[in-house]
Amino acid sequence: MYRVPFLAALVAFLFSALPAAAQTFDDTINRIFADYTGWYVGFIFAPIPGTSFSWIAMWLVIGALIFTFYFGFIQLKGFWHSIQLVKGDYSDPNDAGEVSHFQALATALSGTVGLGNIAGVAVAVSIGGPGATFWMVVAGLFGMATKFTECTLGVKYRNEYPDGTVSGGPMYYITKGFKERGLPGGPILAVLFCIFTILGALGGGNMFQANQAHAQISGVLGDYPGWITGILLAGVAFAVIVGGLKSIASVTEKVVPFMGVFYVVVSLIILLMNFDMIGWAFGQIFMGAFTGLGVVGGFTGALIQGFRRAAFSNEAGIGSAAIAHSAVRTKEPVTEGYVALLEPFIDTVVICTMTALVIVITGVLNVDPETGLYIWNAEAGRIATEGDVSGVQLTSAAYARAFSWFPVLLAIAVVLFAFSTMISWSYYGLKAWTYLFGEGAVKEIIFKVLFCVFIVIGASANLGPVIDFSDAMLFSMAIVNIIALYLLMPIVKRELASYVSRLRSGEIKRFKG
Amino acid sequence: MPEELYVVAYEGDERHHVLDYATAQAAKSGAKLHILHVLEWSPYSFLTPQELEQRHVQRRTEMERAQELILDPAVERTVAAGVSAAGEIRYGSVVEVVTETAEKLGATMIFVGRAGGNSIGSRIFGSVPLGLAQIASVPTVIVP
Repeated sequence: MYRVPFLAALVAFLFSALPAAAQTFDDTINRIFADYTGWYVGFIFAPIPGTSFSWIAMWLVIGALIFTFYFGFIQLKGFWHSIQLVKGDYSDPNDAGEVSHFQALATALSGTVGLGNIAGVAVAVSIGGPGATFWMVVAGLFGMATKFTECTLGVKYRNEYPDGTVSGGPMYYITKGFKERGLPGGPILAVLFCIFTILGALGGGNMFQANQAHAQISGVLGDYPGWITGILLAGVAFAVIVGGLKSIASVTEKVVPFMGVFYVVVSLIILLMNFDMIGWAFGQIFMGAFTGLGVVGGFTGALIQGFRRAAFSNEAGIGSAAIAHSAVRTKEPVTEGYVALLEPFIDTVVICTMTALVIVITGVLNVDPETGLYIWNAEAGRIATEGDVSGVQLTSAAYARAFSWFPVLLAIAVVLFAFSTMISWSYYGLKAWTYLFGEGAVKEIIFKVLFCVFIVIGASANLGPVIDFSDAMLFSMAIVNIIALYLLMPIVKRELASYVSRLRSGEIKRFKG
Repeated sequence: MPEELYVVAYEGDERHHVLDYATAQAAKSGAKLHILHVLEWSPYSFLTPQELEQRHVQRRTEMERAQELILDPAVERTVAAGVSAAGEIRYGSVVEVVTETAEKLGATMIFVGRAGGNSIGSRIFGSVPLGLAQIASVPTVIVP
């Protein structure tokens, strides 16, 4: 009979005591991470001397440029062929029921389209001005060549087991490709890549996502303890990745692309509603790209922000896409490279540009009516914005100018994108884990449970240094991966030359279209 | 006169209505049967990374089960009735695969069962018999 009051008291106690305990816990974790890993985070995100451009973003962009020239602008020459492959023009009808190119692309996109496209773009435009969009698109276009290279290798060197399952990714092409070319250090680099992947999966692919999902939900529902979101998300993720509850996974996998398409459609509607301003917006983007339009960083600021956001959004060079794409059933590894190059195009060139255009056109960036230049908020280090907001809130404010209901939908979209990214990264992390520790039910369950625990931590804590460290791990994957891509790109070139010649001779058959 | 061929779109109906009716018609006209079991599949559906990894194994299992539980018994039943029959399992859109196969094999008739057909889904999106009735290039018999 005293059960209900007792439970109420217990809940009240938890709500009052847990935040304080959590605060102490956060502080302790933050201190430990800041003390022991701060130097590494500082190193990864260190700016190039004399600029504010982190060398890691430059590392990704230079890689993309080199692959672009090395493969003779494959993203332009092969673009139409990529579309044909996704449409299934070259798919043998007898292979129906296997993983199609479209499915591999959609799954990989589910892991990349997310906060970067919504929050990251808003950050870039508010700091670098509209011109950041131009450089973001340029970096996205070059990044297509990186995806081409890594995903071709992912399929070529994947492991196919006797039971028919496949495992692929940088760790496999590093070991097998290095061995084939007689290069030393393959196994060490592969292990290093796996360690970075596991830590990156737990952080950027998990804690950061959970953290942002909670921020969005509490932004709509009002503030409440993050561990509640964390436990809910972890419960759903547990059901999917441990319990194998396919219904939730397939619902997410169906809803996320729908949300992505819906986001683009709403963006297009807003652009059409402001049709007369599209020319002006492109003018702002082009002029801003080279002059800065009153933004403090000027040309360099726009370039840095654009490059950085593109690199962080489409994951070209990180190596994660190679893991997802390697499951496709194809006799020609190059075909998967062609398909994968569409990823940065969809993620960065299309979706990020839509977000940027809406932000510019809706006028949420404050402009000085006398000079026509953007007003700089020196304290915040960015352009003054409507409501003094940045990140997701800025995107939300821009879309709300056209549709007042959009912020609620955006919050749902962000949570779904975050969840979908988590599911993808749980898989990438697991692949790295099993590469290191071997396959086996117990070994796999340890990682999966660990992954769910980190969801709760990510959602409930304000663990800045931990998240910084995990971001650093994510980009450390790119250091190892791009070194491997440089060393293995002659193999891709050989594959490409052989494929193109057989395509031209008609040896590679077109089945429809 | 060359031997006629009928395509039977067979989904494994326990009552064997469509199969028995097609067999009876084939016996009368001396035609052969091509029994086609189509596993509904779209290359544009969405899969999780785990499902991508498992897809090849899953496909193999699905085909083995369909062969063992649906197709082999159907072919045996037809042959036992004195009609020559071959079986095939395919993936794809049932309507499209049946139509393509009929055209490819030069079939003169398609037989399809009217299983269910009262669901809201089939009323909105159309059923297999309805789809075949609309696009098939040869006469199509819908067996209740």
